Amino acid sequence: MKQLILDADKCTSCLQCEIACSLEHEGLFSPAYSRIKVFEFEHGKRNIPYTCTQCEEAWCMHACPTNAIAINMELGTKYVIEDKCVGCKVCTLACPYGTINYNAKSGKVTKCNLCDGDPKCAEACPTDAIIYAEPAGASA
Amino acid sequence: MTWHGKILNVDLTSGTVKTEALNREWANEYLGGRGLATRYLMDMMDPKADAMSPENVLIFATGPMTGTASSTSGRYCVVTKGPLTNAVACSNSGGKFGAELKYAGYDLLICTGKSEKPVYLLIEDDNAQLLPADEYWGTTVWHTEETLKEVHKDPQMKVASIGVAGEQGVKYACVVNDLHRAAGRSGVGAVMGSKMLKAVAVRGTLGVPCHDPKRVMDVTKETHKLLADSSGRRSLTESGTNSMIDSMHTFGGLPTNNFQQVTFEGSKNINPEAMKTPNANGHTNLITNKACFGCTIACGRVAHIDKKHWSIRDREQYHHASGGLEYETAFAFGPVVGIDDIDALTFAGYLMNEHGMDPISFGVTLAAAMELYELGILTLEHTDGVPLNFGNAEALTIMSEKTGLQQGFGKELGLGAKRLCEKYGRPELAMVVKGQEFAGYDSRALQGMGLGYATSNRGACHLKHDVFAEDMEDQTGNGKAKPCKDSQDQIAMIDSTGLCLFTTAAWDTDAFQRQIAAACGDEWTSEKLLESGERTWNLERLFNLQAGLTAADDTLPPRLLETPAPAGVAKGNVSALKTMLPEYYDLRGWTTDGKPSSDTLNRLSLNAHAVH
Repeated sequence: MKQLILDADKCTSCLQCEIACSLEHEGLFSPAYSRIKVFEFEHGKRNIPYTCTQCEEAWCMHACPTNAIAINMELGTKYVIEDKCVGCKVCTLACPYGTINYNAKSGKVTKCNLCDGDPKCAEACPTDAIIYAEPAGASA
Repeated sequence: MTWHGKILNVDLTSGTVKTEALNREWANEYLGGRGLATRYLMDMMDPKADAMSPENVLIFATGPMTGTASSTSGRYCVVTKGPLTNAVACSNSGGKFGAELKYAGYDLLICTGKSEKPVYLLIEDDNAQLLPADEYWGTTVWHTEETLKEVHKDPQMKVASIGVAGEQGVKYACVVNDLHRAAGRSGVGAVMGSKMLKAVAVRGTLGVPCHDPKRVMDVTKETHKLLADSSGRRSLTESGTNSMIDSMHTFGGLPTNNFQQVTFEGSKNINPEAMKTPNANGHTNLITNKACFGCTIACGRVAHIDKKHWSIRDREQYHHASGGLEYETAFAFGPVVGIDDIDALTFAGYLMNEHGMDPISFGVTLAAAMELYELGILTLEHTDGVPLNFGNAEALTIMSEKTGLQQGFGKELGLGAKRLCEKYGRPELAMVVKGQEFAGYDSRALQGMGLGYATSNRGACHLKHDVFAEDMEDQTGNGKAKPCKDSQDQIAMIDSTGLCLFTTAAWDTDAFQRQIAAACGDEWTSEKLLESGERTWNLERLFNLQAGLTAADDTLPPRLLETPAPAGVAKGNVSALKTMLPEYYDLRGWTTDGKPSSDTLNRLSLNAHAVH
């Protein structure tokens, strides 16, 4: 199954991933609402792109009291069913990685859904710091 | 439409912060950024006003493309009257501050008046307020930026601030954002200091709307690829701008020892190869390259200084990584002062960013001081006991810090080369135009560059024209006026978009046009874009004429006009400015005394600003 593979050594912190993500999901250029974030350390010595790992445990899903987070079996993504989300934020506490977040504008949570199999961040990344591929060593 | 249609007006005298609607008519004439801000400046102040007085207006300007998906969409301009030149100043910066200001919902931030006490401006989308900055006043850019993020518990906040240099009116103090990007030239940081404005801290979550996102993304994909495939882009990514240093040395256009020489053997010790090669201690200067917001080039360097080097051995606070050498810093701390100690150069670069000063102006001012010292005009008594010989790396780092903190002889270096050399009776030793110091290209070898320097509205500057290809081909002044004029207009347009000049490695005007039309509307044809650039150039000129500058200011120092180049491909040449300049005025549609003719003013709808 394809995954987002993030390589911090290649990241220049240009934020093209955040720009593309916000346009795809919010319809405007607004990195504040991006599902993927780049963190900078030590004056830009390290630039680290970071988003939901679509982890198998999916604590966000288990924590959700309204069953608003579901699994896409084909892509392995855990995605938010907006109609069911009541904005209680329990999932944001349950996620150990901080990659599911409350959006005050919509009153719901947002997380990466791999753009339904065509992640725009990977497409926008100019340095292959983000690629969408089968992990190395994975059997077909 | 990617303008927000909103301006933030900050009156520092009364402490009030208000929003107002953008003048759409002006946006249609000037696009944004540099052009639009100059239009507001012209409207809001008397060009004759003292640059350091409350009458001066300080404008932070984003462009319509700032914050969009276009490559290099992180640019903003600081436009004001510059204290270094007493002319219009427009300093362009990258990093992430500009996009954040746009995301907070503002096309322009306009600061007027003067606060009684130190303040900083906090902007969180629609909420903007002035807050006391007493505890930041007297501290460095780095301290201010890092502390503001801590105090507001927001590591994603973007900050533009000044150091002590800006507070105390160093003529070439800059505004630094994101720790090591700067609106660097002409002293825009000193204007910010004169207003007692220490910092602008901004967090924006409103984004940039876009009427046809799919089209913008389609065009962006194509223009990203144009850049990705270009050799110029590849060189910028791999070597940064400093790849220029070897070619300028070989060519004989590398100003050395205050422009007394034009080649520098030591350039091999500070070139991109040297930055990547481990030294005797196994330390490698360069760590990685880094992008500004939205940039798919990433020419910025992140470096670190050898911890065993004398400059920082006992100063642990400088053992971290930060912005590394680019061509202009390598030139200004290297050849022009005769120094090739890569760690000393890198440290001087840190100090410029930390204290908020323009490395080009500082380096060329130090070079003038070194020549004065070697002539015996300056002595150890003047220089706090530091021998200012060319090649003295310790003098570079000591004086960088003294100037940044305004101590001892640093106060005199903070005047800039023109005022320093005038003070000591040798004005001809200042390598300046209109009071602003030259960048790292000698006008005898690069003739079109010389014309660009002489006619630049903000004083000597390598970034407001691009005659480089023509200059490398031919070492005479023939045929340089036209590309100089045309590129000045094109660059004035680019500086008004919010995109970066370095994209011209792959993009022509039509490539810009496709992106701007997709984001801003199809009325933006290439012709309209170039006309807006030409209008901006002429408006800047009119500002300067009204401020009291004349054609006599469009000149170069005697060293470049009269002393033949001592080496290189142009050996024996002087600048051909005297023949290029009349041709340039004519192409511009200016009178022989350098004023836009009434026909030109009519054509560009600039009649209201005519100078008689």
